[in-house]
Amino acid sequence: MNATIVSGRKQPLVYRLPVISHFRKSVGLQRGMLVTGLVLTIFFLLTTVLAPFIAPYGYSQLSDASGTFPAQQAPGGNHILGTTVGGYDVFSRVIWGSQTAVIVIVVAVAMSIFLGVALGLVSGYFGGWLDRILVVIADAIYAFPSLLLAIVMSIVINRGQSSFWGGIVACSFAISVVFVPQYFRVIRAETIRLKAEPFVESAKVVGASSVRIMGRHIFKNATRTLPLIFTLNASEAILTLAGLGFLGFGIEPSSAAEWGFDLNKAMADASSGIWWTGVFPGMAIVLTVLGLTLVGESMNDLNDPRLRGRKRAGGKVPAGSPGPTQAAPGAEASAESRMP
Amino acid sequence: MTTLIEAPPSDADGLLPSKKKSSGGGLGTYILVRFLLILPTMFILVTMVFFLMRVIGDPITAAQGGRLPPDVLAQRIHDAGYDRPIFVQYFEYMGQVATGNFGTTITDRRPVVEMLATFGTATLELAINAVIVALLVGIPLGMVAAHRRDKAPDAVLRFFAILCYATPVFFAGLLLKLTFSVWLGWLPVAGRASTRTELAMGSLSAPTGIYWLDALRSGNMAALGDVMAHAVLPAIALGLLTAGVFLRLVRTNVIGTLGKDYVEAGRSRGVSEFRLVTKHAYKPALIPIITVMGLQIALLLGGAVLTETTFEWKGLGYQLVQYLNARDFVAVQGIVVLLAVIVAVTNFVVDVVAALIDPRVRY
Repeated sequence: MNATIVSGRKQPLVYRLPVISHFRKSVGLQRGMLVTGLVLTIFFLLTTVLAPFIAPYGYSQLSDASGTFPAQQAPGGNHILGTTVGGYDVFSRVIWGSQTAVIVIVVAVAMSIFLGVALGLVSGYFGGWLDRILVVIADAIYAFPSLLLAIVMSIVINRGQSSFWGGIVACSFAISVVFVPQYFRVIRAETIRLKAEPFVESAKVVGASSVRIMGRHIFKNATRTLPLIFTLNASEAILTLAGLGFLGFGIEPSSAAEWGFDLNKAMADASSGIWWTGVFPGMAIVLTVLGLTLVGESMNDLNDPRLRGRKRAGGKVPAGSPGPTQAAPGAEASAESRMP
Repeated sequence: MTTLIEAPPSDADGLLPSKKKSSGGGLGTYILVRFLLILPTMFILVTMVFFLMRVIGDPITAAQGGRLPPDVLAQRIHDAGYDRPIFVQYFEYMGQVATGNFGTTITDRRPVVEMLATFGTATLELAINAVIVALLVGIPLGMVAAHRRDKAPDAVLRFFAILCYATPVFFAGLLLKLTFSVWLGWLPVAGRASTRTELAMGSLSAPTGIYWLDALRSGNMAALGDVMAHAVLPAIALGLLTAGVFLRLVRTNVIGTLGKDYVEAGRSRGVSEFRLVTKHAYKPALIPIITVMGLQIALLLGGAVLTETTFEWKGLGYQLVQYLNARDFVAVQGIVVLLAVIVAVTNFVVDVVAALIDPRVRY
């Protein structure tokens, strides 16, 4: 198995897919981290898809055939995780919340990848004054506290409107403003590196248009790191969404279930010892972010040969012994700072 | 063609926003260039915030529209000059900001600068406490993880670091509150101090605004204890967020230096493992740690907004949310600009410190 990876022979598509290839490369502790992350992430995605079947009630349902839900009921009986002060069923809202999270992640990250990659390609390929201006702007945004930026953006876009898609788009846009500079930086740097490569030059000589070179030759080569950034950003997107919801700038409870908002309402309950309204949505956030981060982190480590644990060579050297896997401080420092 | 090749952002280069590489190499030139680079960043952020806030409309309608009769509203808009062309207002605002005048808040009619000073000290106090917690937790644990690399303690600590990152501060705050305030009853639920201490602090002459410092200076030990008790939970909640980052950083960098020859030489001379990790390997690992620590200031400030709201800690973040809910955009603009200045200046200081420690950075 090891030999097939080392050799340059082209492998079946399945083995070249991001997560699967990482899994095959992993060993020991790293494989454990990756598997834990994958299990949590798959669990989260399954919950999202199956939410209509799992959740006993709707996210904004306040009563059923047997009458109005009691407020602040402790876990047990009809409401296995209890009810909130407003009479919502905690379990149902936690389940439905995963759907909101996934939609926001997909919209936000898709939007930022599209913008970030497009700007990065153009900026890196053409250079000049446009490049300079974009870099300065991206750096300015990058240095700014992302949550604050998201708050300002959501206020500007939202203006108090609270429909489901209105809230989703506002939140996603607010989050993507934070991410665009990240994609922009990565793609721009790659583009600048790649455009000096011989294959780009030969494409030019053949007479390919700039758009074709950017779209075909550079784009395909510059996007290697995107799966990694995607996973790390997905977890950041959930945290930002929850932060917005917690501060009251997210999505209204009647239009969607959102974990951060539920935690906001739960803060007042906590003082009187009512724990179930806050603990469960909070656990949902932690587990989801944990899963995505573990996957992203493992992929990051596995992409870097210096950080990747090694399989036992003839049973002599234990995996990850200090010898072959000395980490260069600077190399991971960049990954470290990207993560938070 | 080849001269255009630029290295991909592999290390420090990718972290520091557009570090100019002056060929002179003098420390003075470096600091000057680095300082001048703050200005475009500030300029862009202030411009962005100004126009974003104005997209919504003029600040007076936003804050008081619907509450005042239309003619009074129009009169107030006219008095404040918000009916003039947007670019006139923009240049006026930039001029004011440059001279340190941020205007007056709309809802409570306070000078923005005074408001910033009052609540800024509270946020500063929280940030200091949090950084202390983060360093106390992150650095020793990072060294342990590096020393026991790929063993059980390392695995547990790395998981802990990721958990720190994955837990939103407000959820950490909720759990801490439930455990230590509600169930155990050891610590207060929220606030910066009890009412009595707040009154004592308010009656001080020339207060610094940092409560524990004021309590110490006035020799009021009861107040000091009260302030400390209030500070513990917010500091832990916010501190743990950054502690995870520090832990990972210290771990990676100490692992990097532990493999160096001089560490091996020290070991062969019989230097204890403890000393090797804490002195020999740790000190050179400090430079990247300081650099990234500076970058954490943005994370810390974002976290402070959430922590302050969680614990009703009346600082800039708490106030920002209040003003946003009241649609007082003059105040919001002031707070956001101040936070941007803090981030830019911190990054500048960090770069200078890094350059002082390591001459190679200056090139």
